[in-house]
Amino acid sequence: MRQLIKQREVIVDEWRYADEDPVGRERALILPFARWKAEREQWWLWDGRLGVRIGPTDPIAELKNDFTRIGLVAIEFGGLAEGRGYSQAALLRSRYKFTGELRAVGKIQRDQLFYMARCGFDTFELPEGADMSVALTAFDDFSVAYQGAFDAAGVHVQRRAVAV
Amino acid sequence: MYQYDQIDQSLVDQRVAQYRDQTRRFLAGQLSEDDFRSLRLRNGLYIQKHAPMLRISIPYGLLRPAQVRMLARVAREYDKGYGHFSTRQNMQFNWPKLELVPDILALLATVQLHGIQTSGNCIRNVTADHLAGVAVDELEDPRPWCEYVRQWATLHPEFSYLPRKFKIAVTGSPADRAASRVHDVGLHLVKNEQGEVGFEVLVGGGLGRAPMIGHVIREFLPKKDLLAYLEAILRVYNLEGRRDNIHKARIKILVKAIGPEKMRELVEEEFAAAKDTAPVFDAAEFERIKAFFAPKTYESLQDQDVVSGKPQEFRNWFQYNTRKHKVAGYRAVFLSLKSPKRPPGDITADELDRVADLAEQYSLGEIRSTHDQNVLFAHVKQSDLFALWQQLKLIDLATPNIGTLTDMICCPGGDFCALANARSIPLAEQINERFDSLDYLYDLGEIQLKMSGCMNGCGHHSVGHIGVLGVDKDGEEWYQITLGGSTGGHDASLGKVIGPSVAHDDVAETIERIINVFVEHRQEEERFLDTFRRIGVAPFKAKVYAPAHQAA
Repeated sequence: MRQLIKQREVIVDEWRYADEDPVGRERALILPFARWKAEREQWWLWDGRLGVRIGPTDPIAELKNDFTRIGLVAIEFGGLAEGRGYSQAALLRSRYKFTGELRAVGKIQRDQLFYMARCGFDTFELPEGADMSVALTAFDDFSVAYQGAFDAAGVHVQRRAVAV
Repeated sequence: MYQYDQIDQSLVDQRVAQYRDQTRRFLAGQLSEDDFRSLRLRNGLYIQKHAPMLRISIPYGLLRPAQVRMLARVAREYDKGYGHFSTRQNMQFNWPKLELVPDILALLATVQLHGIQTSGNCIRNVTADHLAGVAVDELEDPRPWCEYVRQWATLHPEFSYLPRKFKIAVTGSPADRAASRVHDVGLHLVKNEQGEVGFEVLVGGGLGRAPMIGHVIREFLPKKDLLAYLEAILRVYNLEGRRDNIHKARIKILVKAIGPEKMRELVEEEFAAAKDTAPVFDAAEFERIKAFFAPKTYESLQDQDVVSGKPQEFRNWFQYNTRKHKVAGYRAVFLSLKSPKRPPGDITADELDRVADLAEQYSLGEIRSTHDQNVLFAHVKQSDLFALWQQLKLIDLATPNIGTLTDMICCPGGDFCALANARSIPLAEQINERFDSLDYLYDLGEIQLKMSGCMNGCGHHSVGHIGVLGVDKDGEEWYQITLGGSTGGHDASLGKVIGPSVAHDDVAETIERIINVFVEHRQEEERFLDTFRRIGVAPFKAKVYAPAHQAA
């Protein structure tokens, strides 16, 4: 059972990745971006929940008409040096008005969570063995911020604001 | 100058607490070396050759006496009694202990100083013209914009893990004293045909490996669009910049690969697409910031003859180390950190304390660091100049050599830096020994000598009129010489390599040969740079590499 932080609480993941559950038995399936592109039509009418997992170079603009079907986007991070996911998240929330679950996955760690949350991520899949109680404190590292933030409604909050 | 409010102070205090916890987790083995590296760099801490190096941010080079005294205290209590001014107006300490850095940062936070984003792949300290607010040729003071950008860039959630470091410089004068054309983004305050003031925006300049001059991608950007436009540039860079090779990750490489026109197109597209969600200009907030940079309260004075009847040494100092001020009766004064007795840019704790006192007495309580690694007192009454000069002489900060060959830029080099291929500080000594006649230096006029211990180019060698770059050949220190670089205004250029590199002990000799060629071909009072541009590299090459008996 995989644990996640979702909206600042530790929960058990209801979703499965395609390599864990190829046919979607659990009715909550996350497909790789390429597979979604290739099999888009055949999954559209499927009766489970669908998510897409994207890598740093996947063109997220191609998902913009799919959000009535896709309820989750998982953005992959290859480590601390990988920063494209922050822009992908900001774009999904602000430009493409994605309001579903936005998940950070891969080699992510506690010290990135504050930034990620302000870019619009609401779910964090930390590597196995990560200390969830330590990770949960990350959201309180700062009580203030100079920039606006993207929440699930895609609203750009006033800069120089009190961080929420 | 800008004073923190509760929001600014909270952010810096909380950053110290965050870093203290990160250091604790690292020392307890809960954070890997790699993960901690990326976090400590964002707080200015490098691991160097002998010890860690801590870089303190001096936003656009502006300091108060209390801050300078705190830097002195840190130098004394946590270092070996001195600090080093870098070419990006920051201060570096070379001997702090890793486990004590959170304490140092906590002390610095009490005077509104920090090490945030002085290293790492994020937006670095925003730099400006050191004569901002007092320069006679200034269109508008760039510092309120620097502060506005500084706040936006600090802990920016989307742009804190960029492909590579990102440097922004802002100028308000046509004479570019901030080297803005060799920054990732250069912002120039300009006036359009309608008489409105906005920004000319350059992208893709940079030093280090593959030095490049920035390209103008927007001739006139309305002020209100500044942050939105910067976000568009950063977003294009964050998504499109290379991450597979650290040496090809700067924005200049992206601009070169796709071309400046394509870059302009991508940025303008992103700017247009983001217009409903990009940061909106907050006029009230900008006015709040701007008020901190209102002109000082000056006395009503007349310009006066300062030099008559005074010693020649003082006259030289007046000529070389002071600059015109836009208010009558005042001058801006350089405190030279380039005396033959000190590594360029170094200053001791005692000297820092004295500088703080003198700034209170003579410069309306303000101290500036310059990108040429000197200190500036921006507001000195002309009637005080002689007294100030006498005081500065006592602490070795009155060498009258600003703008001359020995006012050289020099990185810490192989004596301290883990990246360096070769030492640079001993070169400074060598050159000081050889060019020890001030009269000769004055005859030579303006020459910018810039030296880096490696390709990373912290000593800005690529834009020196004479550039010296340390290279490693089979474990030996060699130096490549370039000529004709310049950061100045619209004629910024990159130096050209004159030929094979020279051995450590031959650098001063080589520079002397170069100078001799210049003297031979110089027309009247021509600057070195202009002579070089007129006659080209060939005559220099011929003499520099001639056997010793021919060169004489």
